[in-house]
Amino acid sequence: MSIDWVAFIAEGIKMATPLVFAALAALITRQAGMFNMGIEGMILCSALGAVVFAHYGNSVWIGLLGAIVIGLVTGMIIAFSSLTGKTDLYLTCIAFNLMATGGTVFVMYLLTGEKSTTSGAFRAYAVPTIDIPLIKDIPVLGRIISGQSLLTYLAVLSVFLVWFLLKKTRIGLRIRAVGENPKAAESVGISVPKIGYISFAFCGVFAGLSGAFLSMSWVQFFMKNMANGRGYIGLSAQNMANGEPVGSALAALLFGFTDSLSITLKNQTKFPTEFLNMIPYLATIFAIIITSMIAINKKRKIEKGMAKGKEKA
Amino acid sequence: MADEVLRMQNITKIYPNGFVANKDITFGVGVNEIHALVGENGAGKTTLMKILFGMEPAQEGKIFINGKEEKITNPLDAIAKGVGMVHQHFMLVPSLTVAENVTLGVEPMKNGLFDFEGAVKATQEIADKYNFKVDARSKVRDLSVGQMQKVEILKALIKGAKILILDEPTAVLTPQETEELFEQLFTLRDSGVSIIFISHKLEEVMRICSKVTVLRHGQCMGTHDTEGLNEAAISKLMVGRDVVLKIEKEDPKPGKPVVSIKNLVKINAHGKHVIDGVSFDIHAGEVIGIAGVEGNGQTELSEVLAGLSDFASGEVKLNDTSIAGKSVREIRDLGMAYIAEDRMVEGVAGDMSIKMNIMADRFEKKEYKNALFMNEKKINEAVNQYIKEFEISCDGPDQPVRMLSGGNIQKVVVAREFTSGANFILACQPTRGIDVGTAEMIRKTIVRKAREEGTATLLISADLNEVLECSDRLLVMHKGKVVAAFPKANEVSEETLGEYMLGVKEMTQEEMEALL
Repeated sequence: MSIDWVAFIAEGIKMATPLVFAALAALITRQAGMFNMGIEGMILCSALGAVVFAHYGNSVWIGLLGAIVIGLVTGMIIAFSSLTGKTDLYLTCIAFNLMATGGTVFVMYLLTGEKSTTSGAFRAYAVPTIDIPLIKDIPVLGRIISGQSLLTYLAVLSVFLVWFLLKKTRIGLRIRAVGENPKAAESVGISVPKIGYISFAFCGVFAGLSGAFLSMSWVQFFMKNMANGRGYIGLSAQNMANGEPVGSALAALLFGFTDSLSITLKNQTKFPTEFLNMIPYLATIFAIIITSMIAINKKRKIEKGMAKGKEKA
Repeated sequence: MADEVLRMQNITKIYPNGFVANKDITFGVGVNEIHALVGENGAGKTTLMKILFGMEPAQEGKIFINGKEEKITNPLDAIAKGVGMVHQHFMLVPSLTVAENVTLGVEPMKNGLFDFEGAVKATQEIADKYNFKVDARSKVRDLSVGQMQKVEILKALIKGAKILILDEPTAVLTPQETEELFEQLFTLRDSGVSIIFISHKLEEVMRICSKVTVLRHGQCMGTHDTEGLNEAAISKLMVGRDVVLKIEKEDPKPGKPVVSIKNLVKINAHGKHVIDGVSFDIHAGEVIGIAGVEGNGQTELSEVLAGLSDFASGEVKLNDTSIAGKSVREIRDLGMAYIAEDRMVEGVAGDMSIKMNIMADRFEKKEYKNALFMNEKKINEAVNQYIKEFEISCDGPDQPVRMLSGGNIQKVVVAREFTSGANFILACQPTRGIDVGTAEMIRKTIVRKAREEGTATLLISADLNEVLECSDRLLVMHKGKVVAAFPKANEVSEETLGEYMLGVKEMTQEEMEALL
């Protein structure tokens, strides 16, 4: 068997796009001290939102805007029940995700009469791909870097925007302060719930973009449960990098490659499909176990090792 | 009274559970004054300061700032009125820089973005003004504890604090850092900031404070000039026993060692030696008391003995078996019973019934089982018996523990622990916050079990009456070490005890040798 490695890498970058957005969505709430599992459902709702808005608005851009609006609205629903209604964030997110799974199918059925995909009923809209002049002519590299979706380039840009937001703006400073020590933030007059809402708003935008990529770039229709765990993988990616934007994006890229690996092997070899489908999730489990083990070891060294190293401080 | 910047008058604070934290406390702080607030743990110092800083409302009393009556409803309000507080547990964000921490909430802005350079400049300016040496650009997590404290002080100063509360500021500092802090406090005092200095360390109080207010059991024992006082006089005011509860007991007839602790060392996650080479034995039939100001390793010692936390080195044997690496269950099976420090956290499961809480450590035993199922009849019999024996006032064995009063909850705990058949009882603060009657029952039972059943007991308590009256031998812990040992607890005077507890004096290994 021969595998087209260039295609594999290009596919990896493409498949990393929704994961990078998901990781950014996850890290911005995490920086404010909230582990937001609802991203999965937010992405799913946005993916449906994208095709619905695009179809009725007759424009891919209205679709993109719609996805972002749906991301924002769903983010506010979770934020409201958790921050204002004081519900448990985890339970809220689980309930929300379950609702999103069923709710998107229900809405799709209402609008199209279909229960599994909108591909027959709605026109396909695709976010344009961009050929970068000069670079596209470079062999190998051109095939990888050029010709990706506009959203893929936006994802790269977003990583740096988020970094800038967190490190250079006042709101970013406050988000980090609230996430790390809410009591300290509160003691100097910062409203912790308000910061929570703001971070959920940013989270909503990125979840929206992630969803839009799935239904208007990866494929050009919505299908049942198409987020398929990408929200959770995004959460794991940011967790591995401790919420740092660039590290989280790189971790998301790694998961993108595992996704691509399973797709490439599926197309080009005779491995059983069921096994290949498992690869991204298996990789996630291994990755989080390994990062967690490294952290535990470090802590253990302080508690035990210092007994020998630093006698009588 | 004209030059008083702060006056707290007739402050009374009663917590919802009926605990009187502050009773009719009045004290004033003058301009250019470092004013010490001393007292044992639980004496009400922190509560009083929380009231001043707007974190807790008082039931009664008035606060005057610069002669004007003020209502302080929350910390922001306190800050606006010129009160700053440096908490014992720092309110810092470790991953942010010094400048970011100092200016958090009042961040300088430039072109709509956070002006980091401006923050650095503002921080540096205020630091220079009061002669603080900190690098505004370094991350707080990379600082030493002493430097973190400076950041906390700067945070208060940048918001214009004129009255600065320092809650046990030297507890976490090295001697050198303490010296530096004192220099800075003098600078602050001379530039017009009044300082309230909370501390256990009397030599520090004597050195830097001009006045001292002593609290004991929530009451004010007066404000005194430090000139003309000495450490022993203050420690007597602090520690003095007011109610003397006598417990009649015969001399102990110690048997073989039940618990044997050798060179025990425990290091916490910050790398601090919280237990620092502790060795002693507990024999059958005796009660060993541990006195000490809280936070000197007693809690950690009880956690290690109970199997709730690991230790770095040393050896602990219970009935000749090492407890290292054993689970709580296994240690209990070796013969340990544990009255935990915080009964609602580790003593009981609040939402479960009295019956379930008492059965928690013994439901696996054969006598309470009926093949696969629990023997409901046997269990009810036993629990009803305990309710009667320990006089637990309740609606019945199925009442959730949370609905009982503190004293009755503790009775549920002791009903389980005293009847578990263990020959070692680890009792931590067994009578904290409960009524006198229950407290007396628990103390008497501890002594009776030692005498009649030959139980070995380790009693860790912040209540000096309790340790002095119940214990046979008495140990004093300070900074994770045993610093004094007495053969007969009820012959120790509170002055002597106070001096060892506060680290004024320390016995040599030779003096203690025979008593460990």
